[in-house]
Amino acid sequence: MDNKPNPVKPEGIVLTEAQKKRQRERSLAIAWALGILVVLFFAVTMVKGPGVLVRPM
Amino acid sequence: MREVRTNLSVLDQNAIDLTMPRISEAGVADYIALLKPRVMSLVVFTALVGYFLAPGHAHPVMAFTSILCIAVGGGASGALNMWYEGDIDALMTRTANRPIPRGRVTRPEALTFGLVLAFFSVMTLGILVNWLAGALLAFTIFFYVVIYTIALKRWTAQNIVIGGAAGALPPVVAWAAATGSLSVEPLLLFLIIFFWTPPHFWALALFRNDDYSRAGVPMLPVVAGPDATRLQILLYTVVLVAIAVAPWPLGYFSAVYGVASLILGAGMLYFAVNVYNRRTGSAALRATRKLFAFSILYLFALFAILLLEVAVRAILPLVW
Repeated sequence: MDNKPNPVKPEGIVLTEAQKKRQRERSLAIAWALGILVVLFFAVTMVKGPGVLVRPM
Repeated sequence: MREVRTNLSVLDQNAIDLTMPRISEAGVADYIALLKPRVMSLVVFTALVGYFLAPGHAHPVMAFTSILCIAVGGGASGALNMWYEGDIDALMTRTANRPIPRGRVTRPEALTFGLVLAFFSVMTLGILVNWLAGALLAFTIFFYVVIYTIALKRWTAQNIVIGGAAGALPPVVAWAAATGSLSVEPLLLFLIIFFWTPPHFWALALFRNDDYSRAGVPMLPVVAGPDATRLQILLYTVVLVAIAVAPWPLGYFSAVYGVASLILGAGMLYFAVNVYNRRTGSAALRATRKLFAFSILYLFALFAILLLEVAVRAILPLVW
């Protein structure tokens, strides 16, 4: 009887290194974009003060 | 089943195998390419002029926010344009290297990217700046994508005449962002870009005639022929030069702008007449390329002078 442990075969889609790298890059870009959006809302709130809620048509 | 592409495609070798699960290998650069950075730079520049020409003091944070939203909205329009035109982009050498025809980004990915950017740019401009600017930006994106790209481009030779309105709107949006209202000056900027668009794009269409014919896009040279296009270029250039000079005698822009506009306008007319007169061989090709190149310089210089004047007016009281 073979006592060697069975290597676990990954199921489903396995990403290649290139795909993983690009996925990481895209995730970072989205994080940066969201970060900039947060900073933008914060900065405008600081500039406008309570008037930030006053938005003329 | 392998993707079926027409024999006319210039990128047959890059056709994607649809039997395999599609895992995106699109990088950040591919998504940036979807934004049409060169068009975006023109949008940013004309918007900057519209914003700083507006009366009143502009807070740097508000100016940055406004221009950023307009730039991202312009980029969203570019992505949505590429989403819809993926098929004809593959047929033209000028556009065959775009991310969708190359198979780097799928059309659904481009559509999602464009819609998300459009939503965030409009909502951010509306919430943080004002809703007139937000609504105008939404209208600009709608006009470029739905009216120009989807409705007009494959249907009529007047596609870029009417569609040019979308490209002319950024300074109007920027003025609205700065003031919360509209006035004559941004409409003058709109008219200058609007009448600049046909000579600029028809010059391009003349030396890219084969591309547009192959893709079945009814640009004026394809539908009416090169000679009719040359005449239209000349007529639109005459109107453009007159409209670009008019703000000076009307008292909206300064004499410096007026004189520069006259000199630059003479240049535009010179190159347009050359295109009209030189109709065959390499001389004709050279004339259209020169007009195309000069038209970019013309618009850039006109708007740069306006921006420079604003800068000088702001700086002079500080140093005098």
